[in-house]
Amino acid sequence: MNVVVDLNRCQGYAQCAFLAPEVFMLHGEESLLYHPVVPDGQLERVRRAAAACPVQAILVGEEAGAGAR
Amino acid sequence: MRDEPCDGRIVIVGASLAGLRAAEQLRKEGFSGSLTLIGDEPQPPYDRPPLSKQVLLGMVSAGQTGLPQRGDLDAQWRLGVRAVGVDPIEKRVLLADGAEVPFDRLLIATGTRARPWPNPAEAALDGVFTLRTSDEARRLAERLDAGPRRVLVIGAGFTGSEIASACRERGLAVTVAERGPAPLVGALGGTLGALAAKLQRAHGVDLRCGVTVTALEGNGRLTGAQFSDGTRIDADVAVVALGAVRNTEWLAESGLAAGPRGVTCDAGCRAFNMYGIVTDDVFAAGDVARFPHPLFEYQLLSLEHWGNAVAQAEVAAHNMVNPGPRRIPHLSVPAFWSSQFGLNIKSVGVPTFSDQVVIAQGSLKDARLVAVYGYRGRVTAAVSVNQAKSLEYYERLIETAAPFPPAPGAADRIESPAPVPSDVPDPKMLSHGPTVALTGHLPDRRLTVVHPAH
Repeated sequence: MNVVVDLNRCQGYAQCAFLAPEVFMLHGEESLLYHPVVPDGQLERVRRAAAACPVQAILVGEEAGAGAR
Repeated sequence: MRDEPCDGRIVIVGASLAGLRAAEQLRKEGFSGSLTLIGDEPQPPYDRPPLSKQVLLGMVSAGQTGLPQRGDLDAQWRLGVRAVGVDPIEKRVLLADGAEVPFDRLLIATGTRARPWPNPAEAALDGVFTLRTSDEARRLAERLDAGPRRVLVIGAGFTGSEIASACRERGLAVTVAERGPAPLVGALGGTLGALAAKLQRAHGVDLRCGVTVTALEGNGRLTGAQFSDGTRIDADVAVVALGAVRNTEWLAESGLAAGPRGVTCDAGCRAFNMYGIVTDDVFAAGDVARFPHPLFEYQLLSLEHWGNAVAQAEVAAHNMVNPGPRRIPHLSVPAFWSSQFGLNIKSVGVPTFSDQVVIAQGSLKDARLVAVYGYRGRVTAAVSVNQAKSLEYYERLIETAAPFPPAPGAADRIESPAPVPSDVPDPKMLSHGPTVALTGHLPDRRLTVVHPAH
């Protein structure tokens, strides 16, 4: 599974960084960095982070066009 | 066709963010016909913002920024093949491998590519890079891993500044050469440009403004560069960050209003033809599109913004499967972000569409602030530095054309309540393109009417 964050919406609440720290991390005071490919075993945490995001900026889904490779 | 907008053949040329989001939206709106995505890169759609951040920092490899997809697209993907033309009469997209793909409606979402170094022999030196695609990011990250002695970044727009930031974070020596008076000045004007210059130097960047690179030196491999002020440096990596070129050449024979500034379309994403007549079956979205925006005096805007690609693609897709009266305009307020030198910079509106700027919250000294931009007495943009939560408020001021300077808010103290000139430079004077190109007149220039002598 892959994840993308709409950083226009993101306001640095950092809920995701608390819920799934291996995938989402703050860089400096309020810049969010994330791993676009969700590691094995982190999917449930990432789903919870996406649900908890106050501005609903996190999209989780199958990698686009994966079957087209 | 008109009676059955949810059927037929839709072809999307450009399999990146805008193309993907348009495809998703088409299915979401009930399009049940055949859907084809054509992309010149072999990979499926991937996200670009991480390329100059996570990937250069070594957190993520370049092949790992694939975009997630909402739901099943049931699409045919033709990846790794370039579209080379459109036959507007027979309604076919022509591909470089000789194939032809027929369509009933076409979406053009071919985006931009990195502007190459103008001297091809110098551009071919080993060690000279651009950064726009996943492949380019992979090669640059590998070279940074190898520990070059010095990296030269040519152009201090957002991409160049992010590259310089990532290099400094890795402990690499960096020289930045910028033709304008400061980094980011083309997008944000003079006040924040001066802040960016101070920050870069505080982080150990050898920043040189007001100079151009006159030659890249080397014999097979890059060894150094010469500057217009007569100085030179040794460098084994150079990254050319001189803005982007819109991918419109393939449309030269299409009869569409397509050129170096993009594909001109209306607010509903319908492309104009070369006579200024709107088409009804060809649409454009994302970095390649150029459209009139009422908040900015209907000047044609080209936006190289992630959020614009998403929003415009969704509007285009909606309008491709809905009859005229149900069509919607793409009027969202432009917005983008950047992360560099430990700071989160976010922007709403169009900062270059301004004549004055005021620090409305925070201070330059603390590098935590909101700068508000105005044009002839109304708010047209706001940029936050480590103060993102405030931006939504200013977005509403922009949408409602609120008076500039804005009334003091309840937030923190104001360093300097007096507006100063926004010092938005003429884009012709910059070595990199601003991320928003206003392709009408420059708003800080007054027109002079010249009466001919009798």
